Amino acid sequence: MIKLPTFKLEPVNLSRDEFRSLSLEGLWRNNPGLVQLLGLCPLLAVTNNVVNGLGLGLATIIVLLASNVAVSAVRNFIRQEVRIPTFILIIAANVTIIDMLMKAFFHDLYNILGIFIPLIVTNCAVLGRSEAFASKHEPVRAGLDSLMMGIGFMLVLMVLGGMRELVANGTLFSQAHLMFGEAARGWVISFGKDFHGLLLAALPPGAFIGLGLLVAMKNSIDQRLRKPAPKAATVAAAPSATAGEAA
Amino acid sequence: MMFASHSTSTAPLDVSQVMRQVLYALIPGTLLLLWFFGWGLLTNWVLAIGFGLGFEAIMLKWRQRPIQPFLLDYSVIVTAWLLAVALPAYSPWWLMAAAMLFAVVIAKHLYGGLGYNPFNPAMVGYAAMLVSYPLQMTAWPAPLDAGFGQVGFEQTMQLVFGGASPASWDGFSAATALDTVKTDLRTHKPLMDIYAKETFGWLGGRGWEWVNLAWLLGGLWLLRQRIISWHIPAAFLGSLVLIAGMFWIIDPAQYTSPLFHLFSGAAILGAFFIATDPVTASTTPRGKLIYAAGIGLFIYIIRTWGGYPDAVAFSVIIMNMVVPLIDHYTQPRVYGT
Repeated sequence: MIKLPTFKLEPVNLSRDEFRSLSLEGLWRNNPGLVQLLGLCPLLAVTNNVVNGLGLGLATIIVLLASNVAVSAVRNFIRQEVRIPTFILIIAANVTIIDMLMKAFFHDLYNILGIFIPLIVTNCAVLGRSEAFASKHEPVRAGLDSLMMGIGFMLVLMVLGGMRELVANGTLFSQAHLMFGEAARGWVISFGKDFHGLLLAALPPGAFIGLGLLVAMKNSIDQRLRKPAPKAATVAAAPSATAGEAA
Repeated sequence: MMFASHSTSTAPLDVSQVMRQVLYALIPGTLLLLWFFGWGLLTNWVLAIGFGLGFEAIMLKWRQRPIQPFLLDYSVIVTAWLLAVALPAYSPWWLMAAAMLFAVVIAKHLYGGLGYNPFNPAMVGYAAMLVSYPLQMTAWPAPLDAGFGQVGFEQTMQLVFGGASPASWDGFSAATALDTVKTDLRTHKPLMDIYAKETFGWLGGRGWEWVNLAWLLGGLWLLRQRIISWHIPAAFLGSLVLIAGMFWIIDPAQYTSPLFHLFSGAAILGAFFIATDPVTASTTPRGKLIYAAGIGLFIYIIRTWGGYPDAVAFSVIIMNMVVPLIDHYTQPRVYGT
């Protein structure tokens, strides 16, 4: 008879520094889109404009957060041998809920994002955080980590979507009404009807070129930050440097 | 410098000397184009070189490289010149600016500058524009209909800087020979009827055959000067002629002749001036043959069954991608091992 560990609420003492470092990790140093290069399939496929990026980004955040808090809560009950299928089951359940909710409340956006909502199940960024972080930490830390990773991912989706939308169509926030209701129709920023949009940016190669430019930009900013203050950077850069090379 | 060494077997020339000779070789063809297209070619040329030098200077400054020696090595001028003759005459200024942006900033400097770029900069600029602006990129005027006497200076300024809509092009833009063959064959017209159209000349497209002969002249001079080796042009044109010949013999009513493939479009310009770019081409003799034969093959495939009338840019980029692989497998064996 296997003796199950008993479930108990763990004490959480999250220091200010740890909060900062966890947030920075997800938003910048170990960003899933720019450093880990995980979840590239949706990242490249739906970033035609800002609103699509925001929609998929929000869905991913919710899945990440719900799944990893759940994973973290049950981590002591799951046997090592079956942990990956269990994580996938938990993630799939959450994705199904999001899928149905989006179908019900944001139907037009759901039609645009299409297959990429169910495909969040296979987004390596989600499973990656379950395996690498949530299964080793208590729910509060796992939740914070997931939230920051999710926001980092969403920001990349939105920036890439914005870049591509701007270059290809000369607009920003088009189709905002799909998410924010009819009032948002006026949010569209347009740069003139005479704008000769670069069609390439809207096509798949544009997504790859855009992501490449974003990664290059991040690396060059890091390089510039590291130069003037080598002392502070060695501590901060050590984990991210290895992650960057692995990615 | 880093690539002059394998572009000639005799005394190593530096980059600027090599590039200057390439520019000389481009002159006859360019003069003919100037005769055919008048102001439209001149504006293309001035804009391309102006934007090219401008972007190059900005990128060099940004990357903290010495500006003057790199600006004066003529490599960016060769890129700009190739785009000036590759883009349709009377191209709007923003089209040329975007093409040079892709060529110089993205394809060249973001990869590390001259000598480190895996893709031919001019062809990346061309392909990006062709994918993005198919309408503007295929609006070639008919040769001689848009020469100096036909389109005035003011009208040129209107076309290039005035943001004239593509509709105003209909007056003098005409489908090229390759384009006509492609669209007419789709409607099952017999080739003989298609050849009778006035866009066809005695070898290829009317007018274009002369331009291509001029490129050939310049290319042969480059060969004689030992700036380029025979491998790339020979394998490039050889494979194109061979494949075109095979299909032509099987069914001359469906497939155009090898001669037509040689003298329409950019095959000769590509074989002597574009595919031979020493940075992006294969470096071993056997590798050069494989690389260039691949380009010829892809040109025929895309021209005949693909969605675009001509395919030099796409074919060169596709083969650029496999150059490291080709180089790896064609390393000559060191003597004695």
